[in-house]
Amino acid sequence: MMDEDRTDEAEGGSGIVKKFMYVNRKAPYGTVYALEVLEMVLISAAFDQDVHLVFTDDGVFELKKGMETAGIGMKNFSNTYRALEGYDIEKLYVDQESLDERGLAEADLIVPVTVLSRAEMAKLMGEMDVILSA
Amino acid sequence: MKFAILVNEGPFNHQASDSAYQFAKAALEAGHAIFRVFFYYDGVHNANMLAEPPTDDRNVVKNWSTLAEDHKVDLVVCVAAALRRGIKNDNLAPGFRISGLGQLIEAGIQADRLVTFGD
Amino acid sequence: MSLLHTVAKSPFERDALSSCLDLSLPGAAILLYEDGVYGALKGGRFAERLAEAAKTRALYVLGPDLKARGLGEDRLIAGVTVVDYRGFVELAAKHQAVQAWC
Repeated sequence: MMDEDRTDEAEGGSGIVKKFMYVNRKAPYGTVYALEVLEMVLISAAFDQDVHLVFTDDGVFELKKGMETAGIGMKNFSNTYRALEGYDIEKLYVDQESLDERGLAEADLIVPVTVLSRAEMAKLMGEMDVILSA
Repeated sequence: MKFAILVNEGPFNHQASDSAYQFAKAALEAGHAIFRVFFYYDGVHNANMLAEPPTDDRNVVKNWSTLAEDHKVDLVVCVAAALRRGIKNDNLAPGFRISGLGQLIEAGIQADRLVTFGD
Repeated sequence: MSLLHTVAKSPFERDALSSCLDLSLPGAAILLYEDGVYGALKGGRFAERLAEAAKTRALYVLGPDLKARGLGEDRLIAGVTVVDYRGFVELAAKHQAVQAWC
């Protein structure tokens, strides 16, 4: 899906490893943000950075199991979250409050995640070098 | 200090591109460097040279082109986002170039700070 | 070092400010700009929560955005510092990273 983007720029980091956080705060399909953040995350895998993927606010809807998009004529990209492990992107975080507020539980999610409180999430965010948010 | 700037919205629906431009100008005036400005999502529309806003308002596309010319700022448009939205070399405004998302990640690594404007 | 959080959208429309307040640590800086400046209005729905946050976080509002919207500094809650774009740049420079809430 993203192969056209995986150019030879990957060595651009020249050995520096930073803590990157991608903050997903938008639901899928209604806007394009969820899909294009995912594309960003996949590219980042080629740079060997310390990647943290956060789903908070409406971003937790991105991980809902059982999406069937044929009826809206859009591509279902939710299986890509399951492929992240293959890219060595394994630090996925969701906050409990965002789940609770939306009537979701961890069992609704398509991939294993670490569930944090909002306070724990704030602390984790405070440790980052680069934060990309949508 | 080296700044990288990410512009995530198009030139007119949202103020994001204007804010990013004002930020970039202020950073340069303060003696900082702009490592790169990266345009993603609808932000790629900032590079559309066919845009013709009314003459009594600012021209966002032209502002960016002028900034690139005056200060040698690297303006990079994401290729995947651009192709989706019909931005190609044929209609790319002066000073912009189209490249991969890796350029954004590289900017995050190389610059001291990455500042995001827009959703 | 701490983070600079930026909020660009009106809290009357979106939860950007609210999430920012939840997910920022004491010691962090918060800059309201674009429609985000409406959050800092005295007598507004978010005044109390923001005043509470101002006890532990440094709050800033972007002056040009305020002025553009017909608002004087006298309309802001206490404890907020008004900065220009140069000030925005310096805030970004002096914090370890910037998180944008939209």
